Amino acid sequence: MKLKEKILTKSLWVYHLSAGSCNNCDIEILDCFTPRFDIERFGIQLVGSIRHADVLLITGAMNKKSAKILKALYEQAPRPLFVAAVGICPCSQNLFKGNYPMLSALDEIVPVDVYIPGCPPRPEAIIAGIAKLINKVTEKNKK
Amino acid sequence: MIKIFAQYLIFPGIVFSFLIGAMGFWLERKLTARFQYRIGPPWYQNFIDVTKLFLKETILPKDASRMMFMLSPIVSLSATALVCIILANNYFLNRSFLGDIIVVLYLLLIPSLFTILGALSSKNPLALVGAAREIKLMLAYEFVFITCLIIAIVKSGNSVMLSDITGLQILNKPNIISFSGAIAVLLSIFYVQAKLCIVPFDAAEAEQEIMAGTVIEYSGPLLGFYKISKLMLYFSLPLFIISLFIKIRTQTTFERYLVFFLIYILIIFVMSVIKNINPRMRIKDAVQFFWFLLFPLGILGIILAQLGL
Repeated sequence: MKLKEKILTKSLWVYHLSAGSCNNCDIEILDCFTPRFDIERFGIQLVGSIRHADVLLITGAMNKKSAKILKALYEQAPRPLFVAAVGICPCSQNLFKGNYPMLSALDEIVPVDVYIPGCPPRPEAIIAGIAKLINKVTEKNKK
Repeated sequence: MIKIFAQYLIFPGIVFSFLIGAMGFWLERKLTARFQYRIGPPWYQNFIDVTKLFLKETILPKDASRMMFMLSPIVSLSATALVCIILANNYFLNRSFLGDIIVVLYLLLIPSLFTILGALSSKNPLALVGAAREIKLMLAYEFVFITCLIIAIVKSGNSVMLSDITGLQILNKPNIISFSGAIAVLLSIFYVQAKLCIVPFDAAEAEQEIMAGTVIEYSGPLLGFYKISKLMLYFSLPLFIISLFIKIRTQTTFERYLVFFLIYILIIFVMSVIKNINPRMRIKDAVQFFWFLLFPLGILGIILAQLGL
């Protein structure tokens, strides 16, 4: 069904998990909702509860404690769910790689749909990442 | 027979009120966005949101009492639909029955009540906090709204029939053109804010604070039922205010619709102005605001209405 994916991508509700980030990426995510970028015009909203979410957005390098929380959140979310990794930390663990509280890479814990690298990524980059996610969801369906 | 069914289900019943409510909610979102110098969502956004919720999975929490958890969105939606049928049929088709104001008052309690019950049955601690706040808020705003209803009833010569109230307004003048009527409209706009959990009184569903509070455990279609009932209340509560206090004499059917939509847009505008210039009230402040400021104002309104002002 093409229509279903189209509707899903027109109203993405985002749940934001900060898995031990330095707060820069979190600030950049909030920037996307400010007048200059305003991604509510694409139907994107931040929601408070994971039960309402369509996108699980992860910032920060994943350590042992937050990996448990991430797993729990991923299991609690209603499907279909997309996972987005914002910032270089969840993408490649950056300079925290090999550090003692770190686990393996993010995509060994949960499957990731879109990576948005940057330290922190600019709001334009985040919007481009969302566009990539939407393209991916609708393209996959065409085949 | 089919005509009556169509009037109840499609126009001016359930489907019509859902469409208008969704557009009203969109207008509110758009106005909020414009107040913040944003562009805001496109006009079809609420329809897409609701449709999307029906495409998603529903999750039942492990510890929840399932019966209550699943039943409460459906019951609150059906009560809202009944309210919409009664009010819209009265406004657009002049259909009424004895005591329908009291029926509507009872039915309007049900969505809030079942939101609380659903939250309590989900066993989530944040939902419990939200439910407790909603109970306190309900005790505050229902008092105020009852004073508004008493004002309307007194002004219509002690009739509890909606068509009597609207008919007298058409014969004489709208209730709002008097001191007591103006007070009642003011109070009932605050009532609508509190009932719909819009910003100064949204402590029960505070998104940043207790993560959507009462609806925290709901997902998929069950959340969609809540969403639809909220959109329908967005239509029916302003309609209730309009038919109680601001019914203006009109010649043709077209004029009647035009006047309704203009006043509806005006009410939504006032609500969104109140939303955008106020922060969230703490629950204690909200209850104090309703009990010690608005309730005495309502009593004053009743006295003024008895004096014929």
